Amino acid sequence: MAKILVLVIGLIIIGFIVWWFFGKHEVAEVSADVGDDLQSIDVEVNGGYSPETVVLKKGIPAVLNFTRKDQSSCLDRVVFSDFGVNQALPVNEKEAIKIDTSKAGEYQWACGMDMFHGKLIIK
Amino acid sequence: MTITKRFWVSLILSLPLLANMIMMPFGKTIIGGVWTQLILTTIIMAVSARPFWNSAWASFTKHHSNMDTLVAIGTLVAYVYSIYAMATGQAVFFESAAFVTTFVLLGQVFEERMRNNASDAVGKLVDLQAKEADVKRDGEFKKIPMSEVVVGDVIRVKPGEKVAVDGTIIDGTSTIDESMVTGESMPVEKRSGDKVIGSTINSNGTFTFKAEKVGNDTMLSQIVELVKKAQNSHAPIQNLTDKVSDIFVPVVLILSILTFMVWYVFLDASVANSLIFAVSVVVIACPCALGLATPTALMVGTGRSAKMGILIKNGEVLEAVNEIKTVVLDKTGTVTVGKPEVTDIVGNEKAVLSVASGLEQSSEHPLASAILTDAKEKEIVTPKVADFKAIEGKGVSAQVNGKQAFVGNDKLLADVKISDAMKQQVTKLQKEAKTVVFVGLNDKVIGLIAIQDAPKATSKEAIAALKARGLKTVMLTGDNQLVAEAIAKQVGIDEVVADVLPSEKADHVKAIQQDGKVAFVGDGINDAPALTVADVGIAMGSGTDIAIESGGIVLVKNDLRDVDKALALSKKTFNRIKLNLFWAFIYNVLGIPVAAGIFFGIGLTLSPELAGLAMAFSSLSVVTSSMLLNKAKITSKVATA
Repeated sequence: MAKILVLVIGLIIIGFIVWWFFGKHEVAEVSADVGDDLQSIDVEVNGGYSPETVVLKKGIPAVLNFTRKDQSSCLDRVVFSDFGVNQALPVNEKEAIKIDTSKAGEYQWACGMDMFHGKLIIK
Repeated sequence: MTITKRFWVSLILSLPLLANMIMMPFGKTIIGGVWTQLILTTIIMAVSARPFWNSAWASFTKHHSNMDTLVAIGTLVAYVYSIYAMATGQAVFFESAAFVTTFVLLGQVFEERMRNNASDAVGKLVDLQAKEADVKRDGEFKKIPMSEVVVGDVIRVKPGEKVAVDGTIIDGTSTIDESMVTGESMPVEKRSGDKVIGSTINSNGTFTFKAEKVGNDTMLSQIVELVKKAQNSHAPIQNLTDKVSDIFVPVVLILSILTFMVWYVFLDASVANSLIFAVSVVVIACPCALGLATPTALMVGTGRSAKMGILIKNGEVLEAVNEIKTVVLDKTGTVTVGKPEVTDIVGNEKAVLSVASGLEQSSEHPLASAILTDAKEKEIVTPKVADFKAIEGKGVSAQVNGKQAFVGNDKLLADVKISDAMKQQVTKLQKEAKTVVFVGLNDKVIGLIAIQDAPKATSKEAIAALKARGLKTVMLTGDNQLVAEAIAKQVGIDEVVADVLPSEKADHVKAIQQDGKVAFVGDGINDAPALTVADVGIAMGSGTDIAIESGGIVLVKNDLRDVDKALALSKKTFNRIKLNLFWAFIYNVLGIPVAAGIFFGIGLTLSPELAGLAMAFSSLSVVTSSMLLNKAKITSKVATA
């Protein structure tokens, strides 16, 4: 009896894992606050990035403010491979990263180990 | 709390648990028994392991998972089960939770340190920058901070000082150590009119120079920018790990649940034993090793090559180098010195040079400057010309003293007359690797000027090294076939494509690409399209900004031997990436089944703590392997061939 219960519970958990991690889940897309000559947005780093997708206006200098709340060394750097940025993120400190918005397009950013990803859309 | 502190807390509190584990076979336990174990482990969990749980939970709510998810679940299961076992009077395994935490943190402490070292190359380059400059302001030399130096400033450099910015020497001579920027180990002699590079070190003389590039425009700043981008670029091979890392952790969790179910339900193992296998699976899996494999090697490889004056622009170039079959070289300035000199004149020297210098005086062609220099040395008066016309790819024509004069290459011969004696002379000169320029009046050739652009002293060795690598070498040139072949023979180049118009270079590269991937080595402005078209564009140092922009690899030093070095370094780095990835994959592919107890039958099992240790060292070993790239020997194959 106990074994059947274990089997059922195990399968339910597996089902949940598949649904939770592989199912389609909405990702919030957030646009930066645009001023006259600067646009900026705060990104919180805690078990990933929130927001995960940032939309910037083309041509206006942009600053992304990353604040790491997470102790994990997985997230201790943020890398924008297209912009040559590899910035250390000390815990609970706001790190400003300047982005060159002269070219429209979609760019990825990632943590230092390439496990967590964020997307930058310049349009 | 920092990782290091968390590690120490965890280590110190784990020691009594270790002692307990060793004493157990002798029937002894530590003072306080299970209660002491509970208290020690609880502190470790609360202080050292809790950040793992926090991070795991934070990513869970975002539908993500990472290495922390695995560590958190592993430690939590071991800890919670042990409390349950303690309450029901069964065997506990608190030490598993404690040791896994300690080992994982140990791995992270090392890893953090090494990752910081790996990204150090850029910091070192930035540190090279001079802090202040001795600038002439209001007629006097004054020390001012670098940020205030502007283009046009006259800057004085004393012995032992750093050259502040890029510029040209106005006055004085000296020898300058440029090794930090170009990788050239010998100090270079500089005199008035020579270019100096910011951040290089002046050795013995004092000189003044005019600043031409400051701030972000200096060569060093450009190099720093390039290296930064290269170090953080994405190699195509990473697409594979990107895909794996997305599903890795959930898959491992599922495997771990399956492990538990199989052992408990089908193999009749006890709850405790089944749980140990399940926890081992979670703990041994290491997505980090996969994630670190490419970026760390890329960082160390590109950083090291930058120190040698070889700038590899990104991971894509690195991968492309591996499939190169042919190296195409531009002749002028790449294989040869790029400073042609007049060697022979056939016909009336004075008349020939006079007409030629008249027609070439406004040309920027390297051959023209050779003629003008020679005319100047021989004090020939340059005549007035009118009606100047360029004939693309052939030469120029104009009116000189009322006669129609022309200067050009052998493509002009179709339209003009030439004596047989002169024709023989032409062939003879061309076989000596001399470019022949035809000078004529009224459709008749009156003389020949032979110009030679000698191969660089290092070219032969450089080509031999490339051939030893099994690469085919091809030289592209606008020169005529005989001359090109003569030069090719001197330096050992396999094949020659001569009579190429500047605009055709890219097309020829495309044609050669039919037989396999091509690297193109060049420097001039007209090389830019070919550099872009080639699978790997290698821009030589003396090159123009445009050429450097188009190249995938930039050689700071104008030395053809660096082509071989660049290829060697790229290959080494790429092979290291492959090795790292192989190791990271094989580690997980072998480790997980062992941890799951598949080899239980032959007595091969892993306890959670050993699994934790293995995991810590797998990512550490990947980083170490990347760091070793700094020590890897870069040898030219020509020495052994």
